[in-house]
Amino acid sequence: MSNNDRRGFLAASAGLGLVAIAPGVHLMQVAQARPAGEPASKLQRWGMLVDTTKCASGCTACVSACATENGINEQVADPRQAAQWIRKIDIKDPKNGRQHSLPMMCQHCAEPPCVDVCPTGASMKRADGIVLVDRHICIGCRYCMMACPYKARSFVHQPLTQQNPEVPRGLGCVESCTLCVHRVDKGQKPACVEACPEGAMLFGDLEDPNSDIARRIAQTATTQVRADLKLNTGVRYQGI
Amino acid sequence: MNLVPFSRREEHLFYLVAGFGAAIVAIGLAAALYMEHSGHVVTGMNNQIVWGMPHVFAIFLIVAASGVLNVASIGSVFGKVLYKKRAPLSGLLCIAMLAGGLAVIMLDLGRADRLIIAMTHFNPTSVFGWNVILYPGMFGIVAVYLWTLMERRMNPWTKPAGFAAFIWRLLLTTGTGSIFGFLVARQAYHAAVLAPMFIIMSFAWGLAVFMIVQRVMYAWNGLTVHQAVRNRMKNLLGVFVAAVFYFVAVYHLTNLYFAKEVAFERFILIDGGIFPVLFWGGWLFLGTILPLLLLYLPGLSSLCGSVATASGLVILGAFCQLYVFIIGGQAFPLGIFPGMETASSFFDGRIDTYSPSWPEFLLGLGGIGIAFTMTAVGVRVLSFMPEDDIAHLEAMLNITD
Ligand code: SF4
Ligand code: SF4
Repeated sequence: MSNNDRRGFLAASAGLGLVAIAPGVHLMQVAQARPAGEPASKLQRWGMLVDTTKCASGCTACVSACATENGINEQVADPRQAAQWIRKIDIKDPKNGRQHSLPMMCQHCAEPPCVDVCPTGASMKRADGIVLVDRHICIGCRYCMMACPYKARSFVHQPLTQQNPEVPRGLGCVESCTLCVHRVDKGQKPACVEACPEGAMLFGDLEDPNSDIARRIAQTATTQVRADLKLNTGVRYQGI
Repeated sequence: MNLVPFSRREEHLFYLVAGFGAAIVAIGLAAALYMEHSGHVVTGMNNQIVWGMPHVFAIFLIVAASGVLNVASIGSVFGKVLYKKRAPLSGLLCIAMLAGGLAVIMLDLGRADRLIIAMTHFNPTSVFGWNVILYPGMFGIVAVYLWTLMERRMNPWTKPAGFAAFIWRLLLTTGTGSIFGFLVARQAYHAAVLAPMFIIMSFAWGLAVFMIVQRVMYAWNGLTVHQAVRNRMKNLLGVFVAAVFYFVAVYHLTNLYFAKEVAFERFILIDGGIFPVLFWGGWLFLGTILPLLLLYLPGLSSLCGSVATASGLVILGAFCQLYVFIIGGQAFPLGIFPGMETASSFFDGRIDTYSPSWPEFLLGLGGIGIAFTMTAVGVRVLSFMPEDDIAHLEAMLNITD
C-alpha cells in the first residue's frame, strides 16, 4: 500500500463520523494527489520525517536515488563544485561519543530565509510548503545559498547534458531538493523515501492530523535541525 | 588658480591613460564572457565558498562609492567651503565607482544575461532586491546633484540635492551592510553592528580614494594640494580610520563575549591560515596602524607623499578586511549541528579553502578599470578641478597651525 493510499485509508477509517457530514470528495482531495492543472493547496503541507535510528552510516541509497531521479549525473572535476541535493552527514557528539548518520537536504522551511533574500522571487514556497527555485527567473546571484542554514543549495557550475525532462536544471542557476515535486504531484512519494532500504524516511502531509507522519510527530520526540532559528522546517528528524 | 591649457604632450599622455583604462575594462569583460560561457567551473568559487573575489572587488567599489560622496556632503549639507569646492569631483567618483562595482556584481551572476529579470522581478523582502532600487536611485540623485553644482542656474538647488544624496548614500551603505547582516545562520555575518560598521568603512575608504585621485589630478596639472586642504583632509582620514578600528574591535569582541562565536573568532584571528595573516598584517598593521602613523607622526606626516601613501595603505587594508570578512566568513564551517562533529561528502564541518582563479580576479580588476576610465575621462572633459580660494586657505592655515 503506498503512503498516500494508506493515508487515504487511515483518513477514511478514522474519520468515519466525518464522512457522514463532510462530502466524500473532501476526503478524496486530502488523500490523493491534486488533479493536473489545479494549484497546490494550503490545506496540505508536505513534509518528511527521518528516523535516524534506522539510517545506516555508509548507506547512500537515498542519495543515489535522488541523483537518478533528478538527472544529477554530470562529471565535475572539483567535488566542491558538484551539486548535491541530498547528502549523508555523519554526526558525532564529542561529549558522549554517540554517533548518527542522516540524510540532509532542503528542509522546506515554512519561513525560508532563501525565499526572503532572493532578489527576483525565483526562490519560492508553494502553498503546500514545498520550496522551489524557478529556473527561469533565477539569475544565479547565490544569495540564497549564503542564507540557507543547511547548505542545502547548489549552484550549477558547468553546462549540463542528459537531463530529466521533468526536472529542468541549468547552468548558472541555483537548485535544491524539490521534494520530488513532479512525483508528489502525481501522487507518488519522493525517490529517496521510496529507495531507503531501512524505511527510515516517512513522507506525508503534516497538516493532516490523521497522516502517518503527523501522528508520528504527535506521538514521538522529533526535532527540527537548528530549531533555534525558528524556521519551522518541513523535514523533521527522530533520534538525534 | 591658473590652469595652463593642455599641451600636445599632455594630450598624448591622456590618450595613453584612457587607453590603459579601456584595456583593463576590456580584459575584465573578456574574463566575464569566458566565465559566462564556460560556467563558474573556471573560477575558484564553489558550492562551499559561493561568493569570491568578484564580490570583494564589487563590495569595495560600492562601499567606497558611497563614502567618497562624503566629501560632497560635508560641503553641501554641512556648508564647509573647502569640501564644497570638491563636491563635483566627489560626485563623479561616486558614479564611477558605483558603475564599476555594479558591473562586477552583475557580470558575476550565473545568468548575467537575465539582467532584465533582475530589474523587473522585485521581491520586497530581499535586501538584495532593495539594492536594485537603491543603486540606480543613487546614480540618478548624484547625477542631478552634479548638475546643480555645475550648472549655474541650478545652483540654488545644490543644498536639497546634496541632502537627498546624503540620505540616499546612508541608505545604500546600510543596504550593502545588511546584505550580510540578514544571513542569520552564518557565524560571521549575523551582527547588528555590521550596518554602522559599513557606513564608517565607507567614509574611510571613500576619502582614501578621493585623496589619491585629488593628488594625481593636481600633479597632472603641475600643482600641489594646498597645505591647508591637505591638513584638513588628512586629519579627517585619520579619524575615519580610527573609527573603523573601533567598529571592527566591537564586532570581534561582541562575537567573542556575547555571541559566543569563540571557535569562529579563533579561526579568523589565530589559526585560520591566510585569514589571520590578512587580518593582523594586512588590515591592522598595513591598513590601520601604518596609515595612522603616516598621518599623525610629526616627522612622517609632513613628508611629501605621506598622505597619498597612507591613503593607498587604507585601500589595501580595505581589501584585506573584505577578503577576511567575505571569504573567511564562508570558509568557516556552517554550524548545522552546533556542538557536534560532522562529516559529509559536501564538506560539512570542514574548513574550506578558496583559491581565486584568474578570470574572477580580472573581472574584479575590470570593475576598477571602469571606475578609473570614467574618472579619467570625466575629469578631463568637464571641469572637476577644485578651485580653492587661496587667501581663504592661507587664513585657515593660520588658524589651524
Ligand atoms: S532548507 Fe535552505 S533551501 Fe530549503 S527552504 Fe530552508 S533555507 Fe531554503
Ligand atoms: S541564486 Fe537564484 S534563487 Fe537564489 S537568490 Fe539568486 S535569484 Fe534567487
